[in-house]
Amino acid sequence: MIIDIEKFITQERSYWSELEKSLEGLETDFGAQLSLSEIKRFHYLYGRTASDLARLTTFSTEPNLRRYLESLVARAYGQLHESRGRQVRFKPLQWFFTDFPQTFRRHWIAFVMSTALLLGGSLFGGLSMRFDPEAKSTLMPFDHLMQTPAERVASEQKPQHADRLAGRKSSFSSFLITNNTRVSILTLALGVTCGIGTAILLFSNGVMLGAVCVDYIVGGQSVFLAGWLLPHGSIEIPSILIAGQGGFILAHALIGYGSSLSMTSRLRAILPDLTNLIFGVAVLLIWAGIIEAFFSQYHEPVIPYWVKITFGSIQLLLLTLFLMRSGVAPTSSGAKS
Amino acid sequence: MNTLRIRTPEGVQFSLMLASPVTRGLALAIDLACISLVVSVLGVFLPIIGVISSDLANAIYVLSYFFISISYGILCEWLWHGQTLGKKILRLQVVDAQGLKLQFSQIVMRNLIRFVDCLPGFYLLGGMVCFLNGRVQRLGDFAAGTVVIQQSQLFQPNLDQVLPGKFNSFRKHPHLIARLRQSVPTALADLALQALLRRDQFDPAARVEIFSAIAAQFRTLVEFPENEVRDLPDEQYLRNVVDILFCNDKAVL
Repeated sequence: MIIDIEKFITQERSYWSELEKSLEGLETDFGAQLSLSEIKRFHYLYGRTASDLARLTTFSTEPNLRRYLESLVARAYGQLHESRGRQVRFKPLQWFFTDFPQTFRRHWIAFVMSTALLLGGSLFGGLSMRFDPEAKSTLMPFDHLMQTPAERVASEQKPQHADRLAGRKSSFSSFLITNNTRVSILTLALGVTCGIGTAILLFSNGVMLGAVCVDYIVGGQSVFLAGWLLPHGSIEIPSILIAGQGGFILAHALIGYGSSLSMTSRLRAILPDLTNLIFGVAVLLIWAGIIEAFFSQYHEPVIPYWVKITFGSIQLLLLTLFLMRSGVAPTSSGAKS
Repeated sequence: MNTLRIRTPEGVQFSLMLASPVTRGLALAIDLACISLVVSVLGVFLPIIGVISSDLANAIYVLSYFFISISYGILCEWLWHGQTLGKKILRLQVVDAQGLKLQFSQIVMRNLIRFVDCLPGFYLLGGMVCFLNGRVQRLGDFAAGTVVIQQSQLFQPNLDQVLPGKFNSFRKHPHLIARLRQSVPTALADLALQALLRRDQFDPAARVEIFSAIAAQFRTLVEFPENEVRDLPDEQYLRNVVDILFCNDKAVL
């Protein structure tokens, strides 16, 4: 049986055009809201076009027309059957102070894993440094860390080094922001290797951190170390840990241990959370980059160590409070009763 | 070419043509060229800022390059419904692997996991995964639940070219028309229609040969009176047949 294409097109063209116009409107305006009658009409047009496609497939094959109808049905299908939360207009403050910390708390186990790996690496790096100081160049492959802690502190506290970043603070800050963000993205993205890559990256960062800490503590420069690392490290290190948390969330969705959902469903469920985490990390790292370039690199006598240590400690406390408490819905005793 | 078939709850099936890794690589090359161009244009203006502060100019350059290279894919795909400039030129589009609406979080993740797809260099890992994956997905697509499809050129068939409304001598024989409709295979009818629709794309010699071969197939199904087909070129013979098969008020829809 052969379809009468001319008659078919003449009869149905107006419905296809109407559906196409509705789709263009919905796809262009992210916040578009349809009334009940518009939704009914849209559903009718979708049903009619889907039916046309089915008839065309059954009786005849005109490839161009079929592709055209397939395209319309595919687009309308996506609009009608999407059950995930409708995208609303982005509110930056609400996102940062509510969505981001809530997402962090929802996946606290992944954060604990991330922290444990970094601490494990730090312990390994610290012990290696303590018992095998010869391994310093391997554990800390940075030229400026090759001198002894005492030499470095003496060098940093010289008056002529007071403003050694003069004229390049902004460049240095932008370099730190981009480099740390790149590392964070990679830490999260490596979750796609079932978390193995994320774990390796966190552990290796921990090794370097632990080695540096032990080197300075053994060298009797604990105060300098705290004054140097705390102001930016109190934000930078938790940021990397949150990126690692994202990596483990992704890995868990891939492995699916303890979940009865399909892998596709698991991945779909965590994508908004991963997006929240990585954008939150980016915001924190911008702040950390500015602090590191404009504050952390100045030591006594320019900035007393107690000021830097106090600043870093308060910052860490505020960050902890922010992640633990921000966005928690206030409990109303009236509502309870 | 690989296709992604999606069956709706209403029982209708539609297919999406998946883009090949090579086409995707070309689109990526265009996108990288675009990013380089934008950064170069930015570099032209930096000396102006450098007059105020060379440090600030450097910082703006570093941040801009990083922001542009990361956000280019995310912003373009979000604002242009799954397309970057390279994808637009090559008619590729990122879509949800289940045919649903593409979400912002999917776009973000497929672009961020690009960092892993790039490893150890030149998209080696992502490229290999693409070739091995039945849906031609790189790791980013896999995690984000997306596929890249080849868009079809959408236009309705030009029936006027095939059916100009001229007199059709075959219509004088309704019993032969009925027999032809009954016996013609769908594939042969479609072949005739497509041959006429693509008439101008054929080389003249090949066109004559193709029309002759198809007309010969129809002649084996039904024999129209000698006086109707004598001196009738094969192409006109096919036009008459297609007119009967595809443009009849009594045809079954």
